[in-house]
Amino acid sequence: MTNPNELTIAKARDALVAGDLKSTELTQSCLDAMSGARNLNAFITETPELALERAGQSDARRAKGESRGALEGIPVAVKDLYCTEGVLTTAASHILDGFVPEYESTVTENLRNAGSVMTGKTNLDEFAMGSANVTSHYGPVKNPWKLDDGKDRVPGGSSGGSAAAVAANLSLAAIGTDTGGSIRQPASFCGIVGMKPTYGRCSRWGTVAFASSLDQAGPMTKTVRDAAIMLQGMAGHDKKDSTSAPMMVPDFEAAITGDIRGMKIGIPKEYRIDGSPAEIDTIWQKGADMFRDAGAEIVDITLPHTKYALPTYYIVAPAEASSNLARYDGVRYGLRVDGDSLDEMYENTRAEGFGDEVKRRVLIGAYVLSAGYYDAYYVKAQQVRSRIAEDFKKAFEQVDCILTPTAPSTAFAIGEKMDDPIAMYMNDVFTVPASMAGLPCISVPGGLGDDGLPLGLHLITKPFDEETLFRAGDVLETQADFTAKPTDVGGGE
Amino acid sequence: MSLDTDTVRKIAVLARIKIEDKKLSPLADELNNIIGWVEQLSEVDTDGVAPMTSVAEMTMPSREDVITDGDCEDRVLANAPDKVAPYFTVPKVVE
Repeated sequence: MTNPNELTIAKARDALVAGDLKSTELTQSCLDAMSGARNLNAFITETPELALERAGQSDARRAKGESRGALEGIPVAVKDLYCTEGVLTTAASHILDGFVPEYESTVTENLRNAGSVMTGKTNLDEFAMGSANVTSHYGPVKNPWKLDDGKDRVPGGSSGGSAAAVAANLSLAAIGTDTGGSIRQPASFCGIVGMKPTYGRCSRWGTVAFASSLDQAGPMTKTVRDAAIMLQGMAGHDKKDSTSAPMMVPDFEAAITGDIRGMKIGIPKEYRIDGSPAEIDTIWQKGADMFRDAGAEIVDITLPHTKYALPTYYIVAPAEASSNLARYDGVRYGLRVDGDSLDEMYENTRAEGFGDEVKRRVLIGAYVLSAGYYDAYYVKAQQVRSRIAEDFKKAFEQVDCILTPTAPSTAFAIGEKMDDPIAMYMNDVFTVPASMAGLPCISVPGGLGDDGLPLGLHLITKPFDEETLFRAGDVLETQADFTAKPTDVGGGE
Repeated sequence: MSLDTDTVRKIAVLARIKIEDKKLSPLADELNNIIGWVEQLSEVDTDGVAPMTSVAEMTMPSREDVITDGDCEDRVLANAPDKVAPYFTVPKVVE
């Protein structure tokens, strides 16, 4: 029999409902897998006692006929960017040393109210700034996918710990956050499903802020159906976040019908970039063929400002980050490094507390917002951003859904691209444009690259049309029939 | 536009991050690489284009101006690295 930790949410739900499985068994199975795979460094904090307590409560509710639905008793790993009451929250930064929130983020509270069981807090790039999970103060995460060259590969980032945890069956599902690709790119690198909903679909309240006009919570799962089940538990209007959308949350799982006949799938020519490996074009072409085989119509479209999305992002995101990270001052929480004056205390604390990439982005942000440069950089970037959003709006007059590759390569070795920030930023070249326009997107495993490592396919739909995204994503998943598994899922003590 | 070490020193002060003098020059090079790269945006014609101010097409809601919480001094101060209850402490500011 399959070990419980290897189940999908949908299958575990059925077993729990049928009484064949208890949440405590399921949770224990994930906790065992988690402690057996510490070599991956996927978790910053494990919360086994809390998990078993909540699993026990879930079993008790179910026994009384008070199940809260599809997520009742389901173990979920939480990116350590969500504030969790009474549980250390670090954002993988030295500057949040010892920070134990007195409150719970709305998304994790929603998941808890839906009956799910948090198993631990996953590793990430410091403040979610990175594409390889190598900027974490708690060390890099290893991708469970290995080749016989003996090299450890990155899981992608920033939600690298969440992606590795799901790929290695350390949890049935995880939550990540996505600012420019932080859910979708690691999902591609680890061979799982990663979904970023429309900006505003999930509350940002209680999530450590990076770039507030871009940050969005989303699920990382083994299947598209599981992503729909997870999003159902995460989403919803929240008065505590004024940018959260006051809209009803539809039944996402019901949108999965297996039928996309007549759906129009756009292929944007600007995503074919010079010097990109042939395997990326190949997988993309395969994706289009799969949709055609399933009865969709493939339409060539144009998104003319695509190539400007990444540089636009690297003005807007650092600008917002420099403002958001001003709160880390050594006074109210986290690390404090003394100084002779108040300013010196701030400067010492921030010099020691922030890592190099975070400092780089805060400085870039301070520069592009500073007097004399604001119009040339920040206002210009927000104008280009309007152009990018306009491109998508026009495209969606023609098509229902857009298909692109998720990432420009498979997972690379830990240590590569470290000396060249721009080469690292290029990881998000396909995911950033939709982020700039706040659109919902999903990465679904499409197949293996030439090296035998996973490659994702990326779908984008109109704002708040996650239903089409799930319907199309599920068909793509069925067609791709991705059954390859990673080799390092722990198991050793 | 390019950043010299004086500009980097200035923005480091604005950002309240202490940078050692010997690191200013390599940091200026790094930041110049990034700034040089983002400057390709000048190619885009943005005449008459309104800067994006809101990702979602919605009006910011406003709420009634009333106190919604309070009486939680202990919780507010719970994570303070240094406190003299019920206050956060900082180095002396006024001489």
